[in-house]
Amino acid sequence: MASDPRALFLRDKRVAREISEDIRRLARELGEEVKIMTFCGTHEHTVTYYGIRSLLPENVRIVAGPGCPVCVTPARDVDVAIELALSGIRVFTYGDMYRVPGSRKSLAEARAEGADVRVVYGIADAIRIAREDGKESAFFSIGFETTAPIPASYLRRGLVPSNLKILSSHRLTVPILRYILESPDIPLRGVIAPGHVSTIVGASAWRFVAEEFGIPVVVAGFEPIDVLLAIDLVLRQLVRGEARLVNEYKRAVKWEGNPLARELMYSVFEAVDGLWRGIGVVPESALELRDSYSDLDARAQYGIEIRDSIDVRPGCRCSDVILGKAAPTECPMFMRACTPSNPKGPCMVSSEGTCSIWAKYGGYPIFRRPPS
Amino acid sequence: MDELDDGATIPIVEELSGKHLVVTSDSYTVYPIFFPGGDIGKLAACGTMNDLAVMGATPIAVLDAIVVEEGFPFEDLERVLESFKRVLEEENVALIGGDFKVMPSGKLDGMVISTTGIGIAESVITDRDLRVGDKLVINGTVGDHGAAIMALQAGLDVESTGLASDVHPLTRAMEEALEIGGVHAAKDLTRGGLASALNDFASKNNVALYVHEDAIPIREEVLAYSEMLGVDPLALACEGRALLAVEAGVAEEIVEAWRRMGYGDAAVIGEVVEGRPGYVLMETSAGGIRVVTRPSGEIVPRIC
Repeated sequence: MASDPRALFLRDKRVAREISEDIRRLARELGEEVKIMTFCGTHEHTVTYYGIRSLLPENVRIVAGPGCPVCVTPARDVDVAIELALSGIRVFTYGDMYRVPGSRKSLAEARAEGADVRVVYGIADAIRIAREDGKESAFFSIGFETTAPIPASYLRRGLVPSNLKILSSHRLTVPILRYILESPDIPLRGVIAPGHVSTIVGASAWRFVAEEFGIPVVVAGFEPIDVLLAIDLVLRQLVRGEARLVNEYKRAVKWEGNPLARELMYSVFEAVDGLWRGIGVVPESALELRDSYSDLDARAQYGIEIRDSIDVRPGCRCSDVILGKAAPTECPMFMRACTPSNPKGPCMVSSEGTCSIWAKYGGYPIFRRPPS
Repeated sequence: MDELDDGATIPIVEELSGKHLVVTSDSYTVYPIFFPGGDIGKLAACGTMNDLAVMGATPIAVLDAIVVEEGFPFEDLERVLESFKRVLEEENVALIGGDFKVMPSGKLDGMVISTTGIGIAESVITDRDLRVGDKLVINGTVGDHGAAIMALQAGLDVESTGLASDVHPLTRAMEEALEIGGVHAAKDLTRGGLASALNDFASKNNVALYVHEDAIPIREEVLAYSEMLGVDPLALACEGRALLAVEAGVAEEIVEAWRRMGYGDAAVIGEVVEGRPGYVLMETSAGGIRVVTRPSGEIVPRIC
């Protein structure tokens, strides 16, 4: 494999050590505690999988952000999907979403009760199956800006059959980061912006973090060196008293992103106020189908209303974990009542959920490496 | 049975005085039944040999019980039995008994093989005699079996990916190590892979283990596949790999001997250290340290 990251410098121990030594030096210079948020679940995976926290000094803390689409999908939408499935409409869902508890149960549990639920890799599979048997179906469409252009593309090209409705629960990353930065109880000194999302929204989408909030922001890739470098780039700015937007992930992310994909996405969907699980309503942060697609909109066609949904079960601290306010180990249920094989909260279900990542790849306790 | 080890041991007096009779029982179910590198017959035979071998025993006899679903193709059954018997012949092990039953269609998925294996050990190797300072050695790449089976189940073109199961008997690899001596503990890597075996070692012996990610042999295909599907290669099943804790002085010698036998990827992957008991720590390829946790949930599919 020519693109094997091991063949590049991206997982090189010596490079990692050099950068972490520089990070230590900068952290000493700064003195105070510095909290940096990695937006993306995949960044949290890199941080935990490669033991990045063990390479950092104690006053540099990396906290995971809301970048797990499965985790932030409101229980209400899961409940709608379950209602549809129990009413005889087949529901297509992603594997992660399948196991996420709604207010009372998950789609997996609904299936055990006889509901028609099928796990698929994406909308293409759902379209193929729906065309084959003509059965009334709905696709539970979730994901950030990276995912939304895919269903948009099928919808705009008229490739979605009339027996397949779309239950859109897409969420947008830029508004939620703004929401977090406006919250006074989440004191961040730096942001590592999502890499994959930025291929669509463009690095420039994060300029407001530096310009409006005075916080250094770095768009980063997903190899361990990418993340270490991003931390280093944040600290350098803090030492100099600067706040800029830096694109570390130039090999994938362009300044302007992918305007074509964005145009496609907004021609099918429109941004509306959206509920985030455990967080609340965030202005213009959800994607709903435009009126011209209402004949394929599951909400418009089936009109299922859920009155009271329960996003967070008593004891579960997923909403604090998602906002970087608490580490998974600060949740009383973590690895006790809530485990990967018996998850109670969404963060323990998704492979991008912080609790699931810590449980699978040993994010705790942190064994710090002594400086060499 | 109280020990819950790879096999039960029964001391024998009289002419076999001082030796142990080692008995193991297991059942095998795998989907699909035929896979690159083997089939359920080979898997059952090797699995039985391996449970005995890592206890320090030489396998001498096997009993089997096979249940098939009504309508199971006769040619497939013959093929499976043929590869089951071939392993026993090559290992010079007698098939001393067995049973065969058919269940109604739909009551069973294809076939299940249960085995009982009997071996004799000069001295028994358990998985609970690790000592601080011991080195951890492994006889080859990890995750090959698990990756091949999961890729097949995911409907991938496995032949073209180059993935293949590592299923084969560990008897000779164990003989070689025992001949050199200094073996304190052994375990064959099956369900839950290396991560599970390391955690067993650490928790049963109340010691800490320190392993080096860069030293753990993993085939490039397995690594690529694991990254693609987001599974941890350390949690993928193996069917022809043994993890040993050995005296530091003999670790390189055992690895060299294994390499001469054809286990080109054999390696020293870590050591037993003082530290927080029960923890498996790994120095990652990026130089960080993380805990290797015991695999649970859906990363432990029933594939062996």
